[in-house]
Amino acid sequence: MKFAALALALVCAGPAFAQDRIRIGVEGNYPPFSKVAPDGSLSGFDIDIAAAVCARMEAECTLVQQEWDGMIPALSANKFDMIVASMTITDARKEVVDFSDPYYDVPSRFVAATGDFEGYSPEELAGKTIIVLRNSPRAQYLAATYPDSRILAVDREPAVYLELAAGRGDIAFGSSVVSAEAFLNTPQGEGFDQVGETITLTDSVDGGVGIAMRKGDEALRLRVNEALAQIMADGSYATMAEAYFDFDITPPHARN
Amino acid sequence: MINWSLVVQMLPVFWDGLQMTLILLVAAGVAGLILAVPLAVARTARSRWLAWPAFGYTYVIRGTPLLVQLFIIYYGLPQFGLIRNSALWPLLRDPWFCAWLAFTLNTTAYTAEIFAGAIRTTPSGEIEAARAMGLSRAQVFRDVFWPGAWRRALPQYGNEVVQLMHATALASTVTIVEILRVGRDVYTNYLVIPESFGLAAVFYLGLTVLLTTIFRLLERHFLRHLDPRSSITAAPAEPRKTTAHA
Repeated sequence: MKFAALALALVCAGPAFAQDRIRIGVEGNYPPFSKVAPDGSLSGFDIDIAAAVCARMEAECTLVQQEWDGMIPALSANKFDMIVASMTITDARKEVVDFSDPYYDVPSRFVAATGDFEGYSPEELAGKTIIVLRNSPRAQYLAATYPDSRILAVDREPAVYLELAAGRGDIAFGSSVVSAEAFLNTPQGEGFDQVGETITLTDSVDGGVGIAMRKGDEALRLRVNEALAQIMADGSYATMAEAYFDFDITPPHARN
Repeated sequence: MINWSLVVQMLPVFWDGLQMTLILLVAAGVAGLILAVPLAVARTARSRWLAWPAFGYTYVIRGTPLLVQLFIIYYGLPQFGLIRNSALWPLLRDPWFCAWLAFTLNTTAYTAEIFAGAIRTTPSGEIEAARAMGLSRAQVFRDVFWPGAWRRALPQYGNEVVQLMHATALASTVTIVEILRVGRDVYTNYLVIPESFGLAAVFYLGLTVLLTTIFRLLERHFLRHLDPRSSITAAPAEPRKTTAHA
């Protein structure tokens, strides 16, 4: 496995590194952050971050692929030790898991058929069907901010755009990066465009995407934070990000 | 430990989900029953022009998973602009209609096979006796042939209805909020098993008990002539096995 080669083998295993086999829950349905190739191999920004953090922690890691729906439950059930799956840090989630410092921050954006909408004010979207990922911070944001719109909540982020292209909703609300990468850049996305400005949920929900761990796993959390700080300081984070994004996704706290 | 206050808090949401499950079950079950009867007759017809298409239909539907059929209808059909611009689109656009269509097409195929089996096992003596008594073709079908086939099909058909009820859980994959979807939401938001999937299981089990009870009563009603105690006094509704018709 390619990934195993990236993780440093631990020669000098001391008591401080007693549990250096770390299992990481990843998703695979969220390009460019994670996707599965036809041969089953995982790639994407989340996967690269997982590998880099792992290497800095000098741990031996295995990736465990898990559907988004059951991500936190699987963590609680000890199927893996941390989640690197573009999980937005929210108050509700913080009640059940602990988060690392944010490792990226990407705003959300509306997407619709070109010319359908001028803007995205609650007035303009009143009575329209907005498609969004179910049980996500974006869905909470819509429920709070767009009470007069109909919400079509789907199970997976790619399905948001599948439903939009199929015509089951008027407008979609998703990650600005994912909608560009997984939809607008593909043949299916022809005739669709992003609507208006980007929207940062930080004000209404929480902000930033973090690595989730079981509650109270403080030692692991500190190690992960240290590893994240290292890759952001030494430039390897920027190199990884440049491969996927043409704008800065660094979370505010880490920006110079 | 079960969080009973969460259970109480979630009961109204589960109640809504239960109603959606029941609506799907009744809508697909009734439509499937209505469609299955002529299909079963066609399936057992002597004419190839009737029997083969009916067989082809039940073969294809029973040969593919219901989830695949649902996805083809829900995700597949809208891929074609022809369908999106057709008069059917307002219906196919609706997740509820897609689920109903998939469940109906599916249960129709299984129910038709059950009825076809019951038709095939109709003792020829029953029909001969009815004809010998001077009943018309229509009378034979309505008063002898069909009631007999229905009685023989009933126990299996009861199973099919219970399976259809369980299959409605698949509607959660196309954004419909029925019992399983409510359970999944509670699980995702509160990460508790007994209060989410446990409660969903209790609801499904309750529905199963209800359906099997209804079918037991129906069987008691339609098959009462097979009860050894009643057959002593009541006249046999079917010819005795000993009355050979050779």
